[in-house]
Amino acid sequence: MRWINIALGVAVAGIICFFAVRELLIDPMYFFELFLGGLTRGSIYALIALGYTMVYGIIQLINFAHGEIYMIGAMTALIVASVLGMWGWNTAVIVILAFVFAIVYSCAYGFTVEKIAYKPLRNAPRLSALISAIGMSLFLQNYVMLAQTPEYLPFKSLIPDFKFWEPFAHIITSVEITIIVTTVIVMILLGILIKFTRIGKAMRATAQDKVMSALLGINVNNVISATFVVGSATAAIGGVLIACHVGQINFFIGFLAGLKAFIAAVLGGIGSIPGAVLGSLVLGISESYFTGYFYSEYEDVFAFTILVIILIFRPSGILGRHDAQKV
Amino acid sequence: MKSFFKVLAVAVLSMIVFAAPGFASDTVKVASAGVISGDLAPYGISALRGVEIAVEDLNAKGGILGKKIELLVGDDVCKPEVAVNIATKLVSDGAQMIVGHVCSGATIAANKIYKDANLLIASPASTNDDLTFSGEHPNFFRTIANDGAQAILMTDFVKNEIKAKKVALIHDKGDYGKGQMELVRNNFEKMGGVEIVLFEGVTTGAVDYTAIVQKIKRSDAEVTMWGGYHSDASKIVQLLKKKRVDTTFFGADGIIGDNFTNLAGKYAEGVYATGPNDTSGNPLYQALSAKHQKKYGEDPGTFFHNGYACMQALAAAAEKAGSLDYDAMRAAMFEITIDSPLGPIGFDEKGDVVGAGFSVYKVIDGKYQQVN
Repeated sequence: MRWINIALGVAVAGIICFFAVRELLIDPMYFFELFLGGLTRGSIYALIALGYTMVYGIIQLINFAHGEIYMIGAMTALIVASVLGMWGWNTAVIVILAFVFAIVYSCAYGFTVEKIAYKPLRNAPRLSALISAIGMSLFLQNYVMLAQTPEYLPFKSLIPDFKFWEPFAHIITSVEITIIVTTVIVMILLGILIKFTRIGKAMRATAQDKVMSALLGINVNNVISATFVVGSATAAIGGVLIACHVGQINFFIGFLAGLKAFIAAVLGGIGSIPGAVLGSLVLGISESYFTGYFYSEYEDVFAFTILVIILIFRPSGILGRHDAQKV
Repeated sequence: MKSFFKVLAVAVLSMIVFAAPGFASDTVKVASAGVISGDLAPYGISALRGVEIAVEDLNAKGGILGKKIELLVGDDVCKPEVAVNIATKLVSDGAQMIVGHVCSGATIAANKIYKDANLLIASPASTNDDLTFSGEHPNFFRTIANDGAQAILMTDFVKNEIKAKKVALIHDKGDYGKGQMELVRNNFEKMGGVEIVLFEGVTTGAVDYTAIVQKIKRSDAEVTMWGGYHSDASKIVQLLKKKRVDTTFFGADGIIGDNFTNLAGKYAEGVYATGPNDTSGNPLYQALSAKHQKKYGEDPGTFFHNGYACMQALAAAAEKAGSLDYDAMRAAMFEITIDSPLGPIGFDEKGDVVGAGFSVYKVIDGKYQQVN
């Protein structure tokens, strides 16, 4: 069985490589542009997927309200930027304040959601917490719809078009570069936070064994809250940047983006931070090539096919841990 | 004694059952159904307001057949499965005529219910060809021209005015958008002389359309035609401009109106779209716009005047028929000509509107302006 699997894998990889090399030779520019497009898309997924994966790593909960936290971040930035813009403030100040407010607001929401919807269910069966998460997601969507508006709102890009980049803007825009660079920075910062700081050490301990870490004097509740706050902050940054890229937001954007990011996190191995980024990039780049060379109508079908194939061969994702887990 | 109670119970129950449809009601119940929540709500709300104001005007003149009109409202969220539930509810609430729905997919699904209940339906916004061409919807009328007419206008304009040789057709995979683009494709194939270099569907609401934009760029299409609604269109238009793709964007009535120009901002400049004829010179049109402005504090939306015309048409048919009987009203629908805000309109034998058509618009200085 094992040999058949390997042979099959090699055959598929060979076919893909053949087509890739052929297309690369025919039109290298197009190939490269699709790669950059996929990289941007992957980075977009990654900014959201990081929050999913962190929370899952610690309390094995799929936080379905995460997409909504992302949406609230973008909404907050829009409101702050519009108000300050009306008062005629300096653009740079507006950008910084919009980001700060978005992050603070999203963190507050993430923190509160955990306290209200997940903490009371910490020792309940996992399904209860999952249903609570879905409920929270619906609640936040409808709350924003009623409090704001059901219509799409234009989101004026906060990232200016860099002057020096003008000659290359048709290949990759300033916003897209910002998204890619930010994803890399956020991933490195998260890596440092988890590897080298006290709270990071506590997070890793809690992830391994909640009871044991509590016995050793770690305040597990605080650690979990901190995880939600950090995850929400990355979602807020993602929300603002993606809204700049897309140019519009409404109450529903968190659902679809969250779904794709969740798939990316599972693909990369949920619970692992490099895994979330890798999974997002794999998903983004392969979707981009599929649309570019085949047929965009079945883009989503293709994304899910990749997910199924990878989960057949590596049930815990590309970089996932190998211990048996029930979801 | 026991059997007497049984008989009594049956008698009482049957009275309740037979009384339910509301024989003795002294109002005419009109239902307005469409999308009034969610991201397409602006379309449905504009139509609903048209009906509301029409009902006010009619009631001020004494209603239909001497009875006041009572308005029932249904929200289908533009989803066919919800539309069926809403239709069932409206029928059981005693609706006697329907204005709606807005999204074509929802109208097609809901009309099964209305047809079985022998109710006339007039839609202010559903443009799908099947509704009038298939012959399966004899009770259906509309105050907006159909997709077929719109597609012919689009293809003629692209070929003769823009003089494009290569076009890309992109749609959102929905009943309305994909249907529209298929009609356009058929027309181009019949006419010849224009090459279709791309025919693709995209996922609505996706976070990123870079790949499809790169594909349009590679296809060298001079015109990119879009079948779908305004929010995805604005994302694609922005990316096309940012990536400096040299192509003209051309949409249908799904992107007409301020919704699109507000969303896409400066990137909307130069976009073409087809939409209902500009009838803003009509005195009734202006009076109604003023009334809308006074009542709701803003300018009327896309389907406001079409909604008003639907209500007018149904009321006129009932008056002409002299009753609310289905067959008499349906026969009357073909004979009436009404002074609507869209000008004098009537209906042809398929239920399509006569006297209201489409024109081509272009975004100039941030606003749609008629160009032909």
